[in-house]
Amino acid sequence: MSAAETTSLAPAAKGKIMQRIWLIVLLVALLALPQVAPGHWVYFAGLLGINIIATQGLNLMMGYAGLLSLGHAAFVGVGAYTAALLQIHLGLPFWITLPAAGIMSALVGAVFGLPSLRIRGLYLIIATLAAQFILHFIFVGWQSVTNGDVGLTVAAASIFGYPLNNEVRIYYLILVVAILATIFARNVVRSRVGRAFVAIRERDLTAQVLGVETIRYKFIAFALGSFYAGVAGALLAYFNRYVNPEQFTLLLSVFFLSAVIVGGMGSILGAILGATFMTLLPEILREGLIPLAGMIGFDLSAVMTPLREVVFGLLIVGFLLLEPRGLAQLWKRAKRKFSR
Amino acid sequence: MSPLQLFIEYSVVGIAAGGVYALIALGIIVIFKASHTFNFAMGEMMMLSAYFFYAASVTFALGPWLGLGVALLSSVVVGLIIERVAIRPMLGRPFIAVVMVTFGIGAIIRGIVGLVWGPNELQIPAILARTPVMLGDIFVPGRTARAFAIAVVIVVGLILYLRYSRAGVALRAAAADAVTAYSMGIDVRRIVAFSWVIAAITGCISGVLMASVNTLTPHLGVVAMNVLAVIILGGLNSIGGVLVAGLIIGWLEAVTGMFLPTSFREITPYILTLIVLLIRPNGLFGARQVERI
Repeated sequence: MSAAETTSLAPAAKGKIMQRIWLIVLLVALLALPQVAPGHWVYFAGLLGINIIATQGLNLMMGYAGLLSLGHAAFVGVGAYTAALLQIHLGLPFWITLPAAGIMSALVGAVFGLPSLRIRGLYLIIATLAAQFILHFIFVGWQSVTNGDVGLTVAAASIFGYPLNNEVRIYYLILVVAILATIFARNVVRSRVGRAFVAIRERDLTAQVLGVETIRYKFIAFALGSFYAGVAGALLAYFNRYVNPEQFTLLLSVFFLSAVIVGGMGSILGAILGATFMTLLPEILREGLIPLAGMIGFDLSAVMTPLREVVFGLLIVGFLLLEPRGLAQLWKRAKRKFSR
Repeated sequence: MSPLQLFIEYSVVGIAAGGVYALIALGIIVIFKASHTFNFAMGEMMMLSAYFFYAASVTFALGPWLGLGVALLSSVVVGLIIERVAIRPMLGRPFIAVVMVTFGIGAIIRGIVGLVWGPNELQIPAILARTPVMLGDIFVPGRTARAFAIAVVIVVGLILYLRYSRAGVALRAAAADAVTAYSMGIDVRRIVAFSWVIAAITGCISGVLMASVNTLTPHLGVVAMNVLAVIILGGLNSIGGVLVAGLIIGWLEAVTGMFLPTSFREITPYILTLIVLLIRPNGLFGARQVERI
């Protein structure tokens, strides 16, 4: 037995060291990115970081605990508005508004989720759909607070009086938060809480019989996912320097849904891959279509929104049908092929 | 006019508008019964059918009646394609995975309609007369009243068909217990396909009716989301409860318009649903389910 163990351990240990090395290389690359890459790359990297945080949140709810949310965008919106309002009216710095935005989203999420967390499936989906429509309605309709369709202007975040007022400076803030969010998500899913999530996802009745307090853990998953959404929203507010309702429509919720599915439900790596794929895809599409549009002479901006919907939908359906474990699984398979 | 009279008038008009929602609800519930699939693409199927009607009757100038036939036929074909390509392979997969697939299909259809017909309003040929109908003192707009009448005829017809026809009995058998039904020689897969055909037909008719009462835009399907939100309150077990839910949405919209700015109409069904879920988490008539582990 010991012989078998040592032989099987050696490559695993080696793999672990390799993994560490690659992680350090990746980190250095991410830190160096703004110094070497053009400005719009840094912009997309920042946007990507925000999307990764929000996707990690949805993945915790949906991928691990099996709680489908169609209202993730609205919770991102709650975070964005909370950060913006706290800054505008109270002048609070980002290191207070960021967690405050997360907590606010978690609380709002609890209001919508709590009644339906007691039962399963459909009711929660409908409740999150209700959250999407009602919150968006509030963003548009509560003129005196949200300034309606026009939205709010947000001043740049600042650290010790040093303003994060361009894409490079805010990029580093986003990078730090995204890394912390990812590490925390990884730790959660490896803990007792994460195992409870998976047990609930697989069969909540069985989990309950086995002693998992299903309602409590569903609530934790829902609140945690919404918290992530809120933090992502606050970063988005500082990133764009404005907040308006148009950013938080059902289409964005579909975007996060596709990111989780495409990346691979129930995988931390998957959330990163999915968010990356989904953030870059519309840009690649647009870059690819600009020459074509020039040739035929039609207005590309008019078709981008429906085109995006078609692509998001195809990705959702395609991955669920053909590769339900997503890009993370493809990645794993490719790695196995190469390591042979 | 006294406030009470006004309230009654609004209610009657609202319930009349709810007839179409009941038709949508019927399409959703038939699929749910046959395969426990909650079809989030219902609104988009309905909207697509209305565009088919527009294309056939206006673009290809076939006239309203032939146009309606073409729209029905193409809607059924689309329904069958969706079932065959995307739903059938998901058999045995988790419930939420199938829901997500229908949601994805909805996004695809919305996008395609946006690409083909653009975001602007279109006017479909008038198939409903505008002369208002008077119920005693109550004035009901002509198109709403006629749409209600058509919806009622079709709903009643379909319910009778599902009750007495061979296919309808097979569908109910499959709904009660798919495995037993299968062992009794009922082709459950065909029943599921059949349920998508029924949904496509109800979707097509409700889409055309909605588009002729209002106008045709890519947002036409959004009302089906409202229907989805409210019919779960009925517990999804009885067709009757689901039809009532459809009428309630229409009534709610009208009465909301009476007291609040019209923009509130978009969210009142959701608020109602949340409140009911808060008080009765299993829906209004839903029984607690007992399950074997």
